[in-house]
Amino acid sequence: MKTKNIMIVGVGGQGTLLASRILGNLLLNEGYDVKVSEVHGMSQRGGSVVTYVRSGDDVSAPIIDKGQADVILAFELLEAKRALPYLAPGGKIIVNTQQIDPMPVIMGSTGYPDGILETLGAADVTALDALSLAREAGSAKAVNVVLLGVLAKTGDIAREKWEETLLATVPAKFTELNRRAFDLGYHYTD
Amino acid sequence: MKKLLLGNAAVARGAYEAGVKVVSSYPGTPSTEITECCTQYERIYCEWAPNEKVAAETAVGASIMGARAMSCCKHVGLNVMADPVFTASYTGVGGGLVFAVADDPGMHSSQNEQDSRHYAAAAKLPMLEPSDSAECKAFTKLAFAISEKYDTPVFLRLTTRVAHSQSAVELSDPDEQTVKPYEKDAGKFVMVPANAIKRHVVVEARTEKLKALAETTPLNFLQTNGSGIGVIAAGVTYTYAREALGNRADYLKLGMLWPLPEKLIKDFCAAHETVYVLEELDPVIETHCKALGLDVRGKDLFSMCGEYSPNGIKTAVTGETAQVFAAAGETPVRPPVMCPGCPHRGTFYVLKKLGLTVSGDIGCYTLGAAPPLSSIDSTICMGASVSAAHGMIKAAGGDLKHKCVSVIGDSTFIHSGITGLINTVYNKGAGTVIILDNSITGMTGHQDNPTTGKTIRGEATKQVDLELLCKAVGVEHVRVADPFDVKAFEKAVKEETARDDVSVIIAQRPCALLKTVKYTGRCEITDKCRKCMMCMKAGCPAISLKSGSPKIDPTQCNGCGLCVNVCPFGAIEKKEDA
Repeated sequence: MKTKNIMIVGVGGQGTLLASRILGNLLLNEGYDVKVSEVHGMSQRGGSVVTYVRSGDDVSAPIIDKGQADVILAFELLEAKRALPYLAPGGKIIVNTQQIDPMPVIMGSTGYPDGILETLGAADVTALDALSLAREAGSAKAVNVVLLGVLAKTGDIAREKWEETLLATVPAKFTELNRRAFDLGYHYTD
Repeated sequence: MKKLLLGNAAVARGAYEAGVKVVSSYPGTPSTEITECCTQYERIYCEWAPNEKVAAETAVGASIMGARAMSCCKHVGLNVMADPVFTASYTGVGGGLVFAVADDPGMHSSQNEQDSRHYAAAAKLPMLEPSDSAECKAFTKLAFAISEKYDTPVFLRLTTRVAHSQSAVELSDPDEQTVKPYEKDAGKFVMVPANAIKRHVVVEARTEKLKALAETTPLNFLQTNGSGIGVIAAGVTYTYAREALGNRADYLKLGMLWPLPEKLIKDFCAAHETVYVLEELDPVIETHCKALGLDVRGKDLFSMCGEYSPNGIKTAVTGETAQVFAAAGETPVRPPVMCPGCPHRGTFYVLKKLGLTVSGDIGCYTLGAAPPLSSIDSTICMGASVSAAHGMIKAAGGDLKHKCVSVIGDSTFIHSGITGLINTVYNKGAGTVIILDNSITGMTGHQDNPTTGKTIRGEATKQVDLELLCKAVGVEHVRVADPFDVKAFEKAVKEETARDDVSVIIAQRPCALLKTVKYTGRCEITDKCRKCMMCMKAGCPAISLKSGSPKIDPTQCNGCGLCVNVCPFGAIEKKEDA
C-alpha cells in the first residue's frame, strides 16, 4: 500500500507529542511499518511544533515533505495555516479553532490573521472547538485526545483498537477523562 | 517482539543488549534520551556527569577496567569531550568503548551546525551512522564489537531526525555483561611521550585494518536497480533519497563513515553515469571522492546549511517539483518563548529595565535574547557567560564593570561556569554573575545535576551548595534572591553591580514545569488597569494586547503571579480556582 502521511501540528505544550505516540503505536499494532518524527528541546518551548506519523508496507523517510500529508491534524488555527503547504492534493485538515497568540502578535508587531478557515481554501476541512469539548470532558489538557477521536472517525481502524492503545498510553488515573474526551471527538459532527 | 522506539531509545537498547556496564553523559539535545533510556535497564550503571569531558573520562576508566562503556553527547558536547577522546584513540580500549554523538542539522536546538564527522578522521576513530531505529540498535552492538576487535573507541554518529524519530525495532535477549580481567599495562594506558610514540604507530596500523574492514563490512551495502544514476548516502539522507528516487537510482549506503571504503566507492562510480553524494552539512564524503579523482555531484547542487529533504533531492536529481498549496496572506512566525511561570522571566524583566550588558549562556534562558525581553548581548557556548563577561569588562574598562552581568543556569554553571568564575576572581575581575537556579536542567527536559541533590535514578545524593562554592573560590559577595519578587531582585542587582569586585546573585525559583511546582488560580486584569503596558514588557505568552488593552488568556496563564508583582497600579489580581 501507499504510505499514509499524518502530520500533527500545534504549539509547544499542547500535547502533540503524546498524540503522535498514541497514533504511532496504534498503527504498529495494526501491522504497519511506522515512522514517527518528533521535536524536542528548544523548539518545544511554546513555539510551533510538528510531528510526522507515516505508515505503510515499507516506510523510508521519517519526515513528511511539502505536498505529501494525507491528513493534517492541527491543534491550533494559525498552525493549520502554516502547515497548509504540506497537504497532499485531496488531503484532509482537522483543525481545532483555538487561537494561541504567537509573540509577534502579543507584541502587536502584527495581527493574528483573520479568516484562516477560508484561506485553507479548497481543502477538505473539519473545524471544531476542541478546547470546549476537552473542558466538557473534564480538562482543557485533553484537547489532544478529543482531536484523536475526530481523527479516529475518519479512518478505518476499529474504535476499540484506538481506545485500547489510548488507555494503554495514558496514566490510569486519567482513564475516564480520556475516554470521555475521545468519545466527544469521535461523535463530533460539523 | 517489535517495538516502536525512538532512535535514542534504540541506541540504549543496543547498549543493553551488548552488555554495557557503565554509561556517563551530560545531557544535550538531540542526544539526551540515550542516557535517560539506559536507566530502564537495572544492570547498567548510568550517571549524569557535570560535563562531557568528565563523562567521557569516566567511560574511558570503565573501559580500562574491562567493562563495556559508553558516553553520549550532542555535537558541541564533543568539543568539550575531545581531549580524552583523542588520547583514548591512542590507548585503545579494555572493554568496548563507544562515544555516541548527535549532530543537529537545521539547528532545532543548538548554537551551531558543526559536522562531527570531521572528528572521526581527526581522532582516527571509526565512525558508524545509522539511518533508523533498527539500525540504531544494530549499529550500537556492532560498534562495541568493532571496538574490542580493533582495540579502538568507536564513534556512533546520529542526527536529530534519526535520534528523535521512532521506528520499529526487533528486541533481542541481552548478551551477558562480562568484565574482562584487568591487568596493568602502562605501555598501553600511560600516555607519556615514550609510550605514546609507540601507540601512534599502533593507531596508524589500526587505521589500515579498519580500511580493509570498511570494504567488506555489511554496514556498507549496495542496492542496485539497474539505473545509470548512483547515489552515495548515509544516515537519514539515505532514507530521503529512497523516498525521492525509489527504484530510479542505485544506492551505495554507507553505515561506516570513517574510514571510507575507497574501492567500493571507486567501483560504484565507475559503474554509473552520474553519481550524487547526498550528505547534510559539510562535503565530507564528496571531498574524499574528489581526492580519489572521482567526478561526483554534491554541494554544487545542495546547500551546506540546514537539512536535506526528499523533495529537494527529487528536484535536484530529476527536475521534478512537488505540487504545493499556498495559504493566502501573511503567517506570523511562532518562535519559542519562555513558558508561562518561567522563573527566568523575572530576571530578564529586571535586567532589561536596568539596561545592563548581559553575557548569556546555553539553556532555556537563552530565550531572554528574544523580544520583548531582548536582554542578552552574547551567547557562545556552555560556560562562556562568565568568562566572556570577564573579557568584556577587562577590554572596555571604565564603568562597564558596574553595568555588565553574566547569566548562567545552575547546571551550566557546574558544567563550565565555575572555572570562569575562578578566573575572574583570580585575575581581579569584576561584574555580577547571576546563577539562574531553577532546581533542574531545564532545556533538555528535566535532568538532575550536582545542584539538585538527586542522581539520574532519582536517588538522594550530596548537593552542591552554590553559595558556599562561590564563597570558596573567593567571591566575597554572594546573595540569594527570588526573581519573582521583582522589587527586591532589582534592588539586589543594583547593589551588586555597584561593587568594584566580582559578585554573585543566585536567582532561586524552580522551573514552572517541575511537578513539585504547583501554582494555583489565574491572574486577571481588573478595571484599575491604566494601560501603562508594564505587564506586556514581561513577555508572558499569556498576556496579549486586545483592542488596545492587555488581556490575560486563561488557557495560557498558570497563576505564577509575576505580572501581579510587575504591575505598578495593583491592577492585576490573582483569582483562585473555584
